Amino acid sequence: MYQQIIIDHYKNPHHRGLFDPFDSEVHHVNPTCGDEVTMRLRLDGGEVAEIGWVGEGCSISQASTSMMTDLVAGKSIAEALELNARFLQLMKSQGQAEAELSEADLDSLDDAIAFEGVSKYPARVKCALLGWMAMKGALAQATAAAGAPIGDDPAVADSTSPVNSTRSAEGETS
Amino acid sequence: MSFDVEAVRKDFPILTRTVHGHPLVYLDSANTAQKPQVVIDAMSNFLAEHNSNVARAVHTLGSEATTAFEGARDKVAAFLNAPSRNEVIFTKNISEALNLVAYSLSNAATFPGAERFRIGPGDEIVATEMEHHSNLVPWQLLAQRTGATFRYIPIDDSGRLVDDEIDKVINERTKIVAFVHQSNALGTVNPVARIVARAKQVGALTILDAAQSAPHRKIDVQALGTDFVAFTGHKLYGPSGIGVLWGRYELLEVMPPFLGGGEMIETVSMDATTFATPPHRFEAGTPPIAEAVGLGAAVDYVTALGMENIEDHERFITGYALDKLNHLEGVTVIGPRDNVERGAAISFTVEGVHPHDVAQLLDEQGIAVRAGHHCARPVCVHYGIPATTRASFALYTTTAEIDTFIDALTNVVKAFA
Repeated sequence: MYQQIIIDHYKNPHHRGLFDPFDSEVHHVNPTCGDEVTMRLRLDGGEVAEIGWVGEGCSISQASTSMMTDLVAGKSIAEALELNARFLQLMKSQGQAEAELSEADLDSLDDAIAFEGVSKYPARVKCALLGWMAMKGALAQATAAAGAPIGDDPAVADSTSPVNSTRSAEGETS
Repeated sequence: MSFDVEAVRKDFPILTRTVHGHPLVYLDSANTAQKPQVVIDAMSNFLAEHNSNVARAVHTLGSEATTAFEGARDKVAAFLNAPSRNEVIFTKNISEALNLVAYSLSNAATFPGAERFRIGPGDEIVATEMEHHSNLVPWQLLAQRTGATFRYIPIDDSGRLVDDEIDKVINERTKIVAFVHQSNALGTVNPVARIVARAKQVGALTILDAAQSAPHRKIDVQALGTDFVAFTGHKLYGPSGIGVLWGRYELLEVMPPFLGGGEMIETVSMDATTFATPPHRFEAGTPPIAEAVGLGAAVDYVTALGMENIEDHERFITGYALDKLNHLEGVTVIGPRDNVERGAAISFTVEGVHPHDVAQLLDEQGIAVRAGHHCARPVCVHYGIPATTRASFALYTTTAEIDTFIDALTNVVKAFA
């Protein structure tokens, strides 16, 4: 589960920091474990011109956020959402990514493929998704502010969708 | 040797299993303890042979079930050295026990004869900064419902209550002092006598959360001197779903009910209802019967081993682990670092590694620890940390297990170095 690439991103995260001006800012939290991320995003010509974040949490949540920003920076809104959909698929694969995703899809996720191992641990999947959920939220907010539709992914605006459940309560209590 | 840990381990079937190919090292007993075979057998035997509802059925099974259920109450009363079995109230857990007291006190606002329990604006309710949320939130809510002021005794950086503050925070306006015997997040054991003396001076009711102490040391409610003591079954090697509230009879007999329903009444008409005497007044509805039987078996089990022997063994294990953790580079113990007035739970942080990663990496080696804020978030806030990792010990913990844990933790530090 803890591949070196994950530990590297955890210790030296990419796109860390909050810039100004920005189109949207979101704050996502996993209340059960306290992981959090604040993310800013700026769009330019339908592309993710700039994405930056600060956060606190486990190596899985922080490294995943770092790799996500590498992947979506400079991409179109549609491409960013497509990557998000593929990463979700990866995290739902329960360690069977090769059976669930095409080779091209796996390649497109680049380093983030390292999280395949996390997909075998249901309690940790939400950690890996934290940054991606924040990105999706930030994209939705930025495009809503710009008055433009955000592509044809209905889940984006659907806050009840399970994929957008970084605030869901599960795991430890006592 | 009076206490043979290898022998007692054979009483716990789960301790023979493996996790990820490694023998289970269960260091999460402060979260919930494992169950000895006698508890499992007592529950399954009750369900297989004697199951019935209690306190109503005329038939044989009903009588057997009632005897078993009330027998468990006798065992708990003896375990606590309670003056009367009628002071032992079964609840579903400790949260319900504490809420029972808090809601009964706010119900006093309109309940005839309960004037002495009324709380309102100008009155103060005191807790401590190290409380578990279950002994914090009910009192915050009680303050909200009644207009009283919620206050707390702060902790210092060594994880102990600030002694000077005890006499200041508890004052003539204080009506309730609710505090934890042993902190689940820090391991600190609080000075009960000191706090009770001050509370009595100002005429405040005292409520002791014994969730983390009851499994580890003798709880004598008469010696402790508080008005209420609450503990939960599943941390005491019993099942989940059963907790206990002990309270002084002279208080319980005039306190308003919390939950209304079956079994808690004396007589009911469509115009008015009168209520049963304690403990039944506070046990509305069908109680957790098999769970009470299981708790009774657990109480018998620890009593036969001897609470003093259990305490001695765990103090030895805690000292052994503390010594190693205090000397492990990159590891910082959060809470008392000496083995004085502290219990068998040690919280720590690992530099540069998040507690969830620590716990996950230890799990890969078959070692179960807890990571998080331990439902005592104000403690983490005090230390400016998001969470800790906690290793907690029980009567079945061995020094070999501590060695395995320390070796694995050393590898965690290396993996992230």
